[in-house]
Amino acid sequence: MRRKRQYIVLSFASTARAMGWEKECAARGIPGRLIPLPSEITAGCGLGWRMLPEDWQAWQSQLNDAGYDAATPVEQ
Amino acid sequence: MIYLDNAATTLQKPPCVGQAMLDALEHAGNPGRGAHEPTLHAARIVYHARETLATLLHAESPDCIAFTANVTQALNTALCGLVRPDDHVITTVCEHNSVLRPLYRLREQGAEVSFVEVDDTGRLRYEQFEKFLRPNTRLVVVTHASNVTGNLTDLAFVSAFAKKHGLTLVVDAAQTAGARPIDVQALGVDVLCFTGHKALLGPQGTGGLYVRPGLTMAPLVVGGSGIHSFDETHPSQMPTALEAGTLNVPGLAGLGAGVEWILSQGVEVLHEKEMALTRLFYEKIVHAPDVKIYGSFDETDRAPIVSLNFGDADAARAADILWEDYGICVRAGAHCAPLIHKALGTVEQGMVRFSFSHQNTEAEVLRAAEAVCELAEEG
Repeated sequence: MRRKRQYIVLSFASTARAMGWEKECAARGIPGRLIPLPSEITAGCGLGWRMLPEDWQAWQSQLNDAGYDAATPVEQ
Repeated sequence: MIYLDNAATTLQKPPCVGQAMLDALEHAGNPGRGAHEPTLHAARIVYHARETLATLLHAESPDCIAFTANVTQALNTALCGLVRPDDHVITTVCEHNSVLRPLYRLREQGAEVSFVEVDDTGRLRYEQFEKFLRPNTRLVVVTHASNVTGNLTDLAFVSAFAKKHGLTLVVDAAQTAGARPIDVQALGVDVLCFTGHKALLGPQGTGGLYVRPGLTMAPLVVGGSGIHSFDETHPSQMPTALEAGTLNVPGLAGLGAGVEWILSQGVEVLHEKEMALTRLFYEKIVHAPDVKIYGSFDETDRAPIVSLNFGDADAARAADILWEDYGICVRAGAHCAPLIHKALGTVEQGMVRFSFSHQNTEAEVLRAAEAVCELAEEG
């Protein structure tokens, strides 16, 4: 059985915002990747940016918090 | 063949446009409907198109750009989304049917419309904007350049008028987006509608609109959005607010590639080349016997269009001779802009429209001018 672990998932107001975020992260070397938004954040669909908690800790102060809506701890 | 029908659609696109479309057809999934590589690839393509257009138009962010199937759909979105039944709208006789017909339909629903007129060279009578103002005036919609005469609208003037009276300014940039520098923020434009397949060098089936941040409008179409799927109403966040259903990803791949190519060349450089070709053509034909040229050529800055007639000859026949005998592609008829033809007295005759691109050469332009002079000599 796949072992679960904790992540931080950032959610966005729109797909366009998510794509802009991915581009900025790629340019700045910010770790993480786009995933289908977990249902505990929003029922339905959408994209989220998943990061390891240690990466979130390391980068949080340098991230543009206007670029995402919320950062939510998620176990996957 | 000499293609001088660029105001209808640009035919010669940079090779990167077709390559981007083929890549999208082969590798792109459905954008924003999942997170596997094909769907993310599609979403990146769409975002690239959004980002390049935002850069070209000097928009505040890529979120301000929503895509549609063409400029007609963009204009319908803006006008039907902003004008209420008791509103008054000021527009001009230079407009294309893509502006006029939505306004006529809104008029049937109770809206009122006033049309700013033109002088005998097709220049707007700017003093009429103030004259037409009413207490219920809500919106001004103007073309940035007439697709018939090529005359430019003084957007700085119209924008100042709109700001002074708290009106929303909608601009039809079908003939100018990609053909000349446009700074929506500096110009104070609220909504700018564009088509992808003309000077933006994308394929047909693409278009869209810039919407100033903070301005909201009722969407023309609602449906699948990729987000907030359990809500009964369509999301209100731009650009999703105005984009229901799966986007034309191969088309937007081509559009993004076209705009990126324009940015790499410099829109000012391309504009200057088009102006030089237009001026060359005009100067070679201006004294041809019995050739009537429409539009104002006093201003050096205009859209790369020269419309004319040979005496009283039917424009359609002249255009057909140009194609059959010279292999020159031009557009005859009314150009879907009936009011400017009424104003200039060419309802019956139409006009023969030559429209240039930076992809044309001096040799092509000189050959076309020679053809015009030969036909004029024939009488």
